[in-house]
Amino acid sequence: MTRYILRRLLLSIPVLLGIVLVVFFLARVIPGDPCRASLGEHATDQICDAFNVRFGLDKAIIPGIYKTRGGFDLIPADIPATLLDNQFVAYLGRVVTGDLGDSIKYGRPVTTLLAERLPLTIELALYALLFATLVGVSLGIISAIRRNSPVDVGTMALANLGVSIPVFVLGLVLQYVFAVVLRGTPFALPPSGRLTAGVQATPLAEAWGLEWLGGPLRGLLDFVSNIYTFNFLVTLRFDLLGDAIVHMILPAIALGTISLAIIARITRSSLLEVLGLDYTRTARAKGLAERTVVRRHALRNAMLPVVTIVGLQLGTLLGGAVLTESIFNLTGVGRTLFEAITGRDYVVIQAFTLIIAVGFVVVNLVVDVSYAWLDPRIRYS
Amino acid sequence: MAGTLTATDGASGDGLATARVAGPWRDKLRMLLRQRSAVIGLIIISILSFAALFADVIAPHPPNKALNGPGEPGRRAQPCVHLLGCPADQPQTLLGTDGNSRDLFSRTLHGARVSLVVGFATAGLAVLIGSTIGAIAGFAAGGLDNGLMRVMDVMLAFPALVLAIAIASTLGRGLLQSLIAVAIVSIPIYARVMRASVLSVRGLDYVTASRALGETNRGLLVRRVLPNALTPMIVVGTLGIGTAVLETAALSFLGLGMQPPDAEWGAMIASEFNGILTRPLIVLVPGFALTLLVVGFNLLGDGLRDTLDPRLDR
Repeated sequence: MTRYILRRLLLSIPVLLGIVLVVFFLARVIPGDPCRASLGEHATDQICDAFNVRFGLDKAIIPGIYKTRGGFDLIPADIPATLLDNQFVAYLGRVVTGDLGDSIKYGRPVTTLLAERLPLTIELALYALLFATLVGVSLGIISAIRRNSPVDVGTMALANLGVSIPVFVLGLVLQYVFAVVLRGTPFALPPSGRLTAGVQATPLAEAWGLEWLGGPLRGLLDFVSNIYTFNFLVTLRFDLLGDAIVHMILPAIALGTISLAIIARITRSSLLEVLGLDYTRTARAKGLAERTVVRRHALRNAMLPVVTIVGLQLGTLLGGAVLTESIFNLTGVGRTLFEAITGRDYVVIQAFTLIIAVGFVVVNLVVDVSYAWLDPRIRYS
Repeated sequence: MAGTLTATDGASGDGLATARVAGPWRDKLRMLLRQRSAVIGLIIISILSFAALFADVIAPHPPNKALNGPGEPGRRAQPCVHLLGCPADQPQTLLGTDGNSRDLFSRTLHGARVSLVVGFATAGLAVLIGSTIGAIAGFAAGGLDNGLMRVMDVMLAFPALVLAIAIASTLGRGLLQSLIAVAIVSIPIYARVMRASVLSVRGLDYVTASRALGETNRGLLVRRVLPNALTPMIVVGTLGIGTAVLETAALSFLGLGMQPPDAEWGAMIASEFNGILTRPLIVLVPGFALTLLVVGFNLLGDGLRDTLDPRLDR
């Protein structure tokens, strides 16, 4: 098992290096001027030159290549001088030391932005995944057991609709249904925002009298504080917890539906396959109740592909988060990244895509390892 | 799809080969038409294609014309059909008008044109490039295979939509740019499917036999391996059209795709989504059309998979 994990870790190194490279160059080739994008079209050349010096954007991107107002310039004579003194080396140095730089638009460290905005996206993605997995797996099992029944046909038709409806359309439909059609009934839900207007979350550091704390520990504490449902749970503010959950229901459903449909389909087909295998027939021949056959014998093996699929949903969820956060007026990673791309905030683009891609690789690693742990055949092949 | 395949095969040999190949594909087509999901999918796609093709004839108004003159419905008008009891002195509109007084029904029809073309073009481009990469990787094996596939892994490490947003902003705003961005993002999926498919065919006896008969590498790949490795691509490609439609619409929704005033479903939703609580129809009509089109392609894709994948024979 250790050998398998090591091999898997080694395999992800080239991918991580590739990600670091792609993130840097992708951020640079996006045309447009970060200075004018953040200071406005009327910024003078003089102001912009100072701006570029402040953010190190006047330096060569890679040895000899500069970004100019019109595009890219190659100055071969500068290659030796800029061999080490260029944006790429500076970027690599920062990545290695874990310094993500300052946002061009907000002028604040990106780590602060992340601490403020990543928790929301994590919360949203987790609830979406929870919803998708619980409902998806249950629907998949019911469909497989009652194959070709109206329940099965209906579930699969809904699953088809689920993978076909765009996240932003579903989000808008949910807003309309739960905020307009059901207004005044107990089922009405707030259509946007993270908490009811005027309600504020207290940072954990303040709630626990730990304001003297500094450094990374404080950063971590602030990060956790911004996972509102967790914050309210540990500070026992159940009124606020309810408010936070109520606001999270619609976005989580909108975001999780595609994954739900995929999980339901995989669960169904996987369980159907296992139910047709010889060992299941043996279990039935022993006279076991169908319940036991499904629960004790079939489900365990049928869940293997489901684990992989659940892990792979993270990418879909993060992509969908851009849309969900826009629709539901939530300030998370997705929306920040989108605004950074359109606003040419290179530092934020770099940092956020890097975090997302690395997170994705790590999750895939965890999925693969847990898969190998669940299914010994993988380890030894 | 079946037509293209027979054509490729026909080019490789004599008339006899063509006749023999046509048989199984006609069988498959018959099987496909017996599938409920495939038939429903085909009907949906046909209806929307018809709407797109004849949008100019069916649409009561030009899609970009503001109907705010005297005797015209004006801004964000409610639907009004005289036959359904709307007072005769009010101007008729089937689904009402949008925030710029344009006829919603006409715009939705014209949007079908954009989404269909975008879906086919994007998936086609991605399938072409992706399957070429996958075929080369699978057939060449070794270092080239490893290199190509690691590049694909890196691309897959980014959430598709996030990468598409980044590429689309690099290329600039516009429908063509967003189409290219979505196509690039979906290349790795097709490359992987094609590679796996080529790998499974490459080692078969008939390929070894051809090699022994002196067939060149190129000939082996193009004439012997590819025709038998294409089946999964047809299925994934059809499902990919739906995904392509969804993703380009998402880019348009975010303002990176089709630019105003042209009618595109994602952009139509984007310009009115703040009014969802007051005038839902303006948002829900293009949203429904978008969903319907994707449902169509997904149903057809599912039907194709059930027909073409022998492992699922029941």
